[in-house]
Formats: sequence, C-alpha cells, structure tokens
Amino acid sequence: MKRSNLAARKIEEGIFKGLMYFSVALVLGTLLLITGIIIAKGLPSLSIQMLTQTPKGGYYLGKEGGILNAIIGSIYLATGATLLALIISLPVSLYINVYTRSNSKLAALVRFSMDILWGIPSIVYGAFGFIIMISLGLRASLGAAIIAVSLFELPIMVRAMDEVLKMIPPELAEASYSLGATRTETAFRVIVRQAIPGLITGVLMAFGRGIGDTASVLFTAGFTDRIPTSLSQPAATLPLAIFFQLGTPFPEVQGRAYAAATVLTIMVLIISLTARLIAHRYSKCITR
Amino acid sequence: MAFRIIKDAAARHTFRLFTLAACAMALPLAVSLFLKSLPVLKMQSLGAILFSTEWHPMQGKFGMLAYIMGTATVTGLAMLIAVPVSLLAAIYLAEYAPARFRQMVLPLIDLLSGIPSVIYGVWGIVVIVPAARWLSQRFGAWSSGYCLLSGALVLAVMVCPFIIHVAREVLSTVPFGIREASLSLGATKWQTVKLTVLRKALPGIVAAVILGLSRALGETIAVLMVIGNVPAIPKSLFDPAYPLPALLANNYGEMMSVPLYDSALLMSGFILLVTVLIANLAAKGILRAMQRGQI
Repeated sequence: MKRSNLAARKIEEGIFKGLMYFSVALVLGTLLLITGIIIAKGLPSLSIQMLTQTPKGGYYLGKEGGILNAIIGSIYLATGATLLALIISLPVSLYINVYTRSNSKLAALVRFSMDILWGIPSIVYGAFGFIIMISLGLRASLGAAIIAVSLFELPIMVRAMDEVLKMIPPELAEASYSLGATRTETAFRVIVRQAIPGLITGVLMAFGRGIGDTASVLFTAGFTDRIPTSLSQPAATLPLAIFFQLGTPFPEVQGRAYAAATVLTIMVLIISLTARLIAHRYSKCITR
Repeated sequence: MAFRIIKDAAARHTFRLFTLAACAMALPLAVSLFLKSLPVLKMQSLGAILFSTEWHPMQGKFGMLAYIMGTATVTGLAMLIAVPVSLLAAIYLAEYAPARFRQMVLPLIDLLSGIPSVIYGVWGIVVIVPAARWLSQRFGAWSSGYCLLSGALVLAVMVCPFIIHVAREVLSTVPFGIREASLSLGATKWQTVKLTVLRKALPGIVAAVILGLSRALGETIAVLMVIGNVPAIPKSLFDPAYPLPALLANNYGEMMSVPLYDSALLMSGFILLVTVLIANLAAKGILRAMQRGQI
C-alpha cells in the first residue's frame, strides 16, 4: 500500500463521499422528478370525460372521447394474466417449499430457471406470445395478450412467493404432519394461510408489472376503441394508448397521452405501495 | 382416509408437472424463436445477417449490423453513465448511510423503479429530447433531439435502480470483520471500502453490472420512443440510432406481408434472447461461485 499522509487520505475520503452524495441525490432526484413531471404534465389534460368515455369518432384527431377503453382493457388484461400466472405460480412455489425440501436440487433448479426467465426481455415474451397465438390460430385479442403477459408475470410471481414460503418456519408444517395431515392439506390449510399476506404482495407486484408492460402486448393485444366483452376480442391497454397517442402529430391528442401516463403512473404506484404496505405489516407479525 | 391420500397424490403429481413445465419454459421460447428464424438463416449466412448493413426486406436482404450497432452503442453508453453513478450510490447506501436513511431510500428506489417503461419514454420525450436538441445546437450538430444520447440517458436512468439493488445486496454480504480489521489498522473509511470491501465484493459487483447490462439490452419501448429509429450506424451522440428490440417492436404490423420478413424479425428476437441468456448465465455463475466461497 502506498504511504500517504493523513491529509491526503482525508481529501480522498472527502472527494469520494461528495461523489456518493451526488450519485444518491442524482438517482433519487431523477426518479422523483420523473414521477413529478409526468403527473404535472398530465393533470391539466385529465378530466372526468377522459376517464369515463371511450374514444368517439375523430378522437385521434383531437375530438371528443376518453381512454376508458384502455383503462378497462388494462385492468381486464392484467387481472386475467395475473390469475393465469397465479394458477401456475402457487403450485410451483408450494411444490418446491412444501412437497420437496426447499434446499433440494429441484428447488435450486426452479429458482435458477425463474431467475433466467425473469431476465428475458418483455419484447421476447411478446414475440413468443405472437408465435403461440399464430400457431393456435388465434387473432390479436384479449385472450392472446393474457397468455403473453402471464408468461411474463410467472417468474416475477414465483420468485416473490418463494421468498415468502421459504420464511415459513418448518415446525409449522411438522406440527401439521404430526396431526396426520397430508402434504396438500398442510400446504393449503396451514402454509398458505400463514403466508397469505406475502402471497398477496407477490400477486400485486406481478399485477403492477403486468399492467405497465407495453412490449409484451404490442403484438398480441390488438388495439381497439371498444371495451372488450370477450376473450376473443382485441383490447386496448393504457401503455399502448400512451404509446400510440404520443405518435400522433396533434398536441391535443399528445396531451391525452400525458393524461393517460398520469393515470397509469398513479395506478402502478398505488398497486406497488399497497403491495409494500402489506409486506411491511406482515413482516412485523411473522410467527417465529 | 383413502380419498384424502388420493387427493394428496393427485395434487402432488399435478404440482410437479406444473413445476417441471415452468422450469422448462425457456426451452420452447428459445426453440420456437429459432425455428421461426430458420427460413432466413437458410437464405443468408449468419455472417451476412450479423455483419452486413444491407437491410432491404423487399429484396430479401436482412443485414442487421446497423441494428446490432444501435443496440451496442446505446447500451454501452447507458452503462457508461449508469455504472459509476449506481456503484457510488450503492456503496453509500451499503457502507455510509445511516440505517434510517437506508430504510427510507431503498424502498423508494425500488418503488420508483417499478414505474412502467412507457412512462420513462414519455419523460424522455418531455425532458430529455428537448435537452438533447438544445445541447446539439450548442455543438453545432442540429439534431432533432431524438438521438443516441437521449436513448442512452433514458436507459441509464432505467437501469440505475436495478444495479443499485443488486450491488447493495452484494456489498451487504461482505463480512463485517473485514471492515473492522481494516479500520483498526488505521485506514480511513473510504480506504477500507476501496481496498477491502470492494476487492472482496468485486465479482458480485461485476455480476450486478452484467445483470444491469442484460436489462438494458432488452429494454424496448422507452428507448424506441426517444432514439429516432434511423437504421444507420450512429457516428455521433446526436445521430439517431435503431436498436434491435425497436426493430422488432416497430414492424410487428407488417410482419406477415413480405416473405421472410417475419422470420428475420423473429430472428432479431432470437439474437436478443441468446445475448441476454448468455449475460444472465455468466452473472448467475459468478454469484453462485461467490456464494460457495470459490472466488
């Protein structure tokens, strides 16, 4: 190590500390600024009409209407995809934590492949969803988009649920077995009941990611001004509405894109805040 | 009694099936994209696709170099901005910050990083693009603002929370005794961080950066909205570029009309998938070796 006197070391310390303060402030400031700017920019264009009407004729030229189709479409899509993902994730995370030991090879393999799936870009899920859709002979529709988004949500949900189930003390399951319960009974009546707040957090997180994702539904959702009434109809989503409306040259329509961005930001923030609050409360009263 | 056992067995087998299916999901993803890209691979060599800039779908020429370079430059630049900032922030949060500040800031960063990417794109159009336009005029480049620099800045903002999250976790696994030993020898706090903590955590930090890189590679919508989408290799910060994910996203509507076009587009998805998979596997490998104490 180079000999350095105390003053020089103190100066170095000061410089890097300054850089660190700057970095934290920069990241935090930018993220807060983004939220602030989006909301400030969108609020003036936001009206009751925006939230309660579907686009009327000439909407994309700046005439009457709202984005209700996209709001409802997004909620339908994210709800459907989250339910589908839940049907698969809950058994998977229960299987690796209850049916096998949570430090088994299979559990490690599942965690590994979920990490890998989690890293795959959503546009690739979009392309894959498109291939599935074509090979099933479907058209761009709510149903096809639900499949694509549920694949995208699956690793997010399994990881979140696994984190929760890993924390459940094994004694709880052992007590249940000793009373003669089967693994399935233990899984659903004891483990799930104990973990329910954490599981809800996982579901909400996946829901939040699903509702905000654009690239995975670009190919599969289609886009329509009507509110879908069945799975086989195309659906609009908020991210797509923002994306398409910003692409038009009319300032009126762009203003609505900002308003839609505000709606989406607020929705996502509320969802993930709720998820975090549930997780926080739950972590305080965990049985040990 | 017997019914309960049958029910248990049925559930166990179904759950195992689901688990195995979920595990293997990356496989059909990769295979189907590969199969779809076979037609274009049969017509052109892989070299011609990867290293030619001639993208003329109508004439059956699918050179992707311009798009690949678009992705490489915007990702590289974004990482150049994001890595120092995120690492410094992560070091502050792991080593210096008071516990209360950390407990407040970390969830906030995580929360804000959950904002959908299309929102980052909107922010880019509202703030970054005009700023880049203004800056380009100062340098006499007269860009529209929809350029490489804008894409890189938006992308950098998006990967920062991610790198911070992973890097801080890595730093927090460094045993506390190492710091005490260093401090007791009279090192300053920063010397301790620089000479012991960072050295110990280096592989994990590399993994965090690689994971951030693979996130950046696949980010589509936000970058596509601000980068201009002109398929030429960018020569300056103020030139527009056209990254690979944007190619796929922008042309989805016309996919089916030109022969081989959809194959070429899905091949761009396959290239993206393979790159990201390699990056992720490398990062996972490093983190695992670290956990086992091999590095």
